[in-house]
Amino acid sequence: MTLAATEISRPKSRVLPWVNGSAVVMTLYLVFLLLPIYWLLNMSLKTNTEILSTFSLWPQDLTFDNYRTILTDPSWYMGYVNSLIYVVINTVISISVALPAAYAFSRYHFMGDKHLFFWLLTNRMAPPAVFALPFFQLYSSVGLFDTHIAVALAHCLFNVPLAVWILEGFMRGVPKEIDETAYIDGYSFGRFFMKIFMPLIASGIGVAAFFCFMFSWVELLLSRTLTSVDAKSIAATMTRTVSASGMDWGVLAAAGVLTIVPGALVIYFVRNYIAKGFALGRV
Amino acid sequence: MEKTVNQKAWFLVLPVLVLVAFSAVIPLMTVVNYSVQDTFGNNEFYWAGLEWFSEMLDSERMWNALSRQLVFSAIILAIEVPLGIFVALNMPKKGFWASLCLVLMALPLLVPWNVVGTIWQIFGRVDIGLLGYTLDKIGIPYNYTQDFFAAWATVIIMDVWHWTSLVALLAYAGLQSIPDAYYQAAKIDQASRLAVFRFIELPKMQGVLMIAILLRFMDSFMIYTEPFVVTGGGPGNSTTFLSIDLVKMALGQFDLGPAAAFSIMYFLVILLISWVFYTVMTNLEKREGA
Amino acid sequence: MAWMAWTVPTAIFFCVIALALLTFTVLAIRYPETPRLGVLRIETTRGDRLFITLLGSAFINLAWLGTMSDPQWWALILCLVYATAVFRWV
Repeated sequence: MTLAATEISRPKSRVLPWVNGSAVVMTLYLVFLLLPIYWLLNMSLKTNTEILSTFSLWPQDLTFDNYRTILTDPSWYMGYVNSLIYVVINTVISISVALPAAYAFSRYHFMGDKHLFFWLLTNRMAPPAVFALPFFQLYSSVGLFDTHIAVALAHCLFNVPLAVWILEGFMRGVPKEIDETAYIDGYSFGRFFMKIFMPLIASGIGVAAFFCFMFSWVELLLSRTLTSVDAKSIAATMTRTVSASGMDWGVLAAAGVLTIVPGALVIYFVRNYIAKGFALGRV
Repeated sequence: MEKTVNQKAWFLVLPVLVLVAFSAVIPLMTVVNYSVQDTFGNNEFYWAGLEWFSEMLDSERMWNALSRQLVFSAIILAIEVPLGIFVALNMPKKGFWASLCLVLMALPLLVPWNVVGTIWQIFGRVDIGLLGYTLDKIGIPYNYTQDFFAAWATVIIMDVWHWTSLVALLAYAGLQSIPDAYYQAAKIDQASRLAVFRFIELPKMQGVLMIAILLRFMDSFMIYTEPFVVTGGGPGNSTTFLSIDLVKMALGQFDLGPAAAFSIMYFLVILLISWVFYTVMTNLEKREGA
Repeated sequence: MAWMAWTVPTAIFFCVIALALLTFTVLAIRYPETPRLGVLRIETTRGDRLFITLLGSAFINLAWLGTMSDPQWWALILCLVYATAVFRWV
């Protein structure tokens, strides 16, 4: 961006010449975002007696016991493992079926394409609450209740449409001449797709995978409804333990912090594409 | 991009079709089947006709949940959209600070929804939470489990915390796509800051803002986990939104018939709103393309 | 399939919808669709009009059920009128 542009995009009349208005706004907003997360972190590093007896802005008596509890107790850490398993299965399924479909939508007109696209959109918008009960009946009847694959398939309801949307947006940006040249050079569709096309939209695939991962990871209602013991997700573990153990705030906070970690790690890799991804590739 | 007509493209879409049909069409058909029958368990069903539908249409409970839902969605849209645009306008344009802002802003979006609830549940408590403790010390009575107003305020602030970044990120993406030449032309014309926003930035953000409003409206319309964890739908029924009510009915009381009738009406409303948004969006794209 | 709790009326209902979709697909193959601008100022094809008709009919039926005490058949007649209007002018 040139100098002229940056100058215009800032308000001209500043009350205090050395204070940058934008920086103040951003700082305030980021503090608003981070304060509750900091508070959770703060809680997770305190003992329960300290949480309930004294009020302090940082841990007076730093302890990692809460984390130790979670990482050594299978009923806790298996929640993370289960969640990760179904999230990964879901991401793989979603991306692999969405890739060819997104290619079709981005390159060709075919009968009913618009209606199909709209139908996919409605599935992204459909409330999980509507589907919770029939999913429960469906997966019970086919014997998949309380398995990872059940949750992974259920999450496909909103993740497949999302992946198709995002990938289609990214594929639009690849000129069609590339396809045509490859076909003239004698590439078959499959080989062209794997060798030439996929590397070109690698960032799009990364972003779509990230969003599938994220939306499957944050979902609670379906994962809680479709599992009971063997595939119980971390979200369900957290809500159930809350009522059972009489509010173990420290452990609850530590569990919460640990659920944020995977997201925070992967977000670093897609940081430049997050906005485009949320716009479903349409910027 | 000019698309070519090719009916064989259907084969590429087939896997998606099969998968989504399995996870969307079969459940929806089941819901329709349940909605016209009565059951006393053991998979024994009795024909009930349209009874459940008329019962739900007459029930105070559903209309109350619907109006609470609409009020909630309206409030959060009215806060999050302007705030999101405002934040996006103030974001650094490039470099290290821009990346840092992006990552930090995306953080709330990645927190599992029940943990969002937990965070605010703790944050708002008068005894151990920073927000509740501070308000209490200032002398503002604040108790989100007892007080109607406090419960609503907590749920709304929580949603603003959770999702404003989404609007901001989208608006930011729209702003990034504006060429510098536009700003330079505006500078030559000595356009005011407001005029730049009104005639350059806002039109360029139109498309992404539509997506932002669509996503925010839809997601707030089916909000379940966060308010459920914080308030459990209370005090009383004051924060019982549509999804919370539906889950209570379907999985809590296992009233299959009424819950199914409720689901169908809920879904029809979603379908209508999605269609309106989609139509407006595609028409916008077409006009931009023309 | 027992858990899906099928009934004859709902089966007929879904058959009718499936049949409508099939008919419109065949029609689209025989006589390709051309979009037109209707009273709503949006471009619609035949398929779009079918969707508007079905969705509208659902709401008409619900409104009838909620407000009128007359039998539901009247709502269906109203839907037919609505369908003709949609296909004629939208």
